[in-house]
Amino acid sequence: MRHIIAVLLENEAGALSRVAGLFSARGYNIESLTVAPTDDPTLSRMTLVTTGNDEIVEQIKKQLNKLIDTVKLVDLSEGDHIEREMLMVKVRAERPDREELKRLVDIFRAKIIDVTEVSYVIELTGASRKLDAFIAALPEGLIIEVVRSGPTGIARGSKGLTL
Amino acid sequence: MSLTDAQPDGAVPELSGAEIVIQALVDEGVELVFGYPGGAVLHIYDALFKQGSLKHILVRHEQAAAHAADGYARATGKCGVCLVTSGPGATNAVTGIATAYMDSIPMVVLTGQVPTPFIGSDAFQEVDTVGITRPCVKHNFLVKDVRDLALTIRKAFHIATTGRPGPVVVDIPKDVTDPNIKIPYVYPREIKLRSYNPVEKGHLGQIRKAVDLMLAAKRPVFYTGGGVVLGDGSAQLTELVKATGFPITSTLMGLGAFPMTDPQFLGMLGMHGTYEANMAMHETDVLIAIGARFDDRVTGKIEHFCPHAQIIHIDVDPASIAKNVKVDVPIVGQVASVLADMLRLYREQQPKSPANALNDWWTKIGEWRALNCLKYPANTTAIKPQFAVETLYKVTNGELYLASDVGQHQMFAAQFYPFDAPRRWINSGGLGTMGYGLPAAIGAQLAHPEAQVACISGDASILMCIQELATCQQYRLPIKVVLLNNGYMGMVRQWQELFYESRYSHSYVDALPDFVKLAESFGHVGMRIERPEDLEDAMREAFAMRDRFVFLDVIVDPTENVYPMIMAGKGHHEMQLSPSHSDRELA
Repeated sequence: MRHIIAVLLENEAGALSRVAGLFSARGYNIESLTVAPTDDPTLSRMTLVTTGNDEIVEQIKKQLNKLIDTVKLVDLSEGDHIEREMLMVKVRAERPDREELKRLVDIFRAKIIDVTEVSYVIELTGASRKLDAFIAALPEGLIIEVVRSGPTGIARGSKGLTL
Repeated sequence: MSLTDAQPDGAVPELSGAEIVIQALVDEGVELVFGYPGGAVLHIYDALFKQGSLKHILVRHEQAAAHAADGYARATGKCGVCLVTSGPGATNAVTGIATAYMDSIPMVVLTGQVPTPFIGSDAFQEVDTVGITRPCVKHNFLVKDVRDLALTIRKAFHIATTGRPGPVVVDIPKDVTDPNIKIPYVYPREIKLRSYNPVEKGHLGQIRKAVDLMLAAKRPVFYTGGGVVLGDGSAQLTELVKATGFPITSTLMGLGAFPMTDPQFLGMLGMHGTYEANMAMHETDVLIAIGARFDDRVTGKIEHFCPHAQIIHIDVDPASIAKNVKVDVPIVGQVASVLADMLRLYREQQPKSPANALNDWWTKIGEWRALNCLKYPANTTAIKPQFAVETLYKVTNGELYLASDVGQHQMFAAQFYPFDAPRRWINSGGLGTMGYGLPAAIGAQLAHPEAQVACISGDASILMCIQELATCQQYRLPIKVVLLNNGYMGMVRQWQELFYESRYSHSYVDALPDFVKLAESFGHVGMRIERPEDLEDAMREAFAMRDRFVFLDVIVDPTENVYPMIMAGKGHHEMQLSPSHSDRELA
């Protein structure tokens, strides 16, 4: 099963590599990992997506908690939560395709953020599945480059993952 | 003389980074540092030279520095400390760090690093020490600013010694120890890390659940590991086992936490454990695992592990619980504290359980014991290795601090040298590091100068850190090496015999040195014993030399194997006994 885990980490050099190293050393799956400092500059927040059965995910959480740099973590998939990922896709956009691309952008509530005679860069934010759907909907052969941020997530409701 | 002595009352001393390193160790209560100098740590060695509070032991290889610090830690319960230079100094220490990590030994490793402006430039003797050691430390630090040095060292000791202990590396660039840059020095006494709060007390509700299971058990068994030794829970364990009357078995790492000569002790369990211990594991209905981690050498095939048991697991590390085996009652907490609570709750309830409820269980165990699974063939003209260990036990009254290398001799020692106290049995269980024994014995002997310390080894293991004979001479350490010399890598040979149709691929150690002359060349006493009838006298003679290092080269039967044994893919109930038990497999 897919799990999305949010981790508050000490914003120390090497903290990220401790997490990445843990996953490779113990052979855990890691689908994506994003990290950036928070409003508190001493803390980083990491969102990672992993898959595994209950025992493995339980062990992943324990091992993450065991890292000295881990301050707190929460498995967002255990409750109601919101996930967002950002996609930027560069597509070939020559005259015959431009209209169709623009329509798709509108349907998915995406944005065109760069335009040339022959190309668009399209930005889209949403749940990962929506991004998948958008890529699948693009006419074949037009994609030049895809870049995705990996999902980030936050729990619904008033409670927060804070100190 | 202390670096801070000359200060008038209340004044904060100004120290260089190098002096801070030394003074922080002194303030931490460190007595001994095991190390080897080199370019990146020269400022620290100069500060070491100028003071008199901290004793430094010069080893002959950085691997041995880590092993000796580790042996010191195991023999005392204190934190071991070693100091090595950058590059090869650090990489040489890695085997010792990984050894300590696998067995959860508290240790602080100070490594030199190239000056901060050179980091990342492939400078002379530069390696990414923090990167290389990351997977085999509890935590590590790179100190880039001298103002962080004292606090980082305090954190390192705090992390290494609390919770589930482990090695912590502090990597210190040379410019951070610059003798010309002095800053005010205050060593922090209290430390609080918001991201690190090891659990102390166990959850009482969980402990009560465990006690209820124990009271209802018909075939209970305690399975204890190194965590009991590390958590100083030996006294509490012994009291609890006595109060319950339950049988107890131990892993290799936990030997001595409960007196091994006590009739309630079933011997070690696992691959080379006793028949009675493994059968008890297979038949038990309530397993009480304490400070043990269900290692593959202990569980045998996991699908066959304790098929009838409800499992209680006490461990300070939550990640150890339910890692390999599902657990019914997990209890996270310090072993000593949890066991004390458990004993109290057990005693409150005890009268309800009939005193002779376990009679059937002990009768069953008695039948398994009657097989005498450790029986071995009598000496012929050759000395049996088992006999050598039994003789060692007899000669030393079981009172040794015994460091071991890795292989057959290690298993024979675990089977035939019953320890009645913790911290006496010092061996690399998790990583299985050949070469560990001699430097670990150095650490143990320095920790206990008056005690009898020996290293049991094999002719292959001993050569992996043989250079430490020089260290033993320099510090006049009266260690006794008991070498079970069979001319093979015995355990490799055993597996090749059993699983590779006796194709002894590179397990024969051709061109062994004359160990007597070798020992003598370092200034030690060497003795070679070839006949069974000479062994006891020779050992008595050796151990009577209280101020000499003696190397006993005991020539043993080259083809003896370690039995009983659980073959790969088998369960506890499928042990193979030795050929002297008419070679039958028990099912």
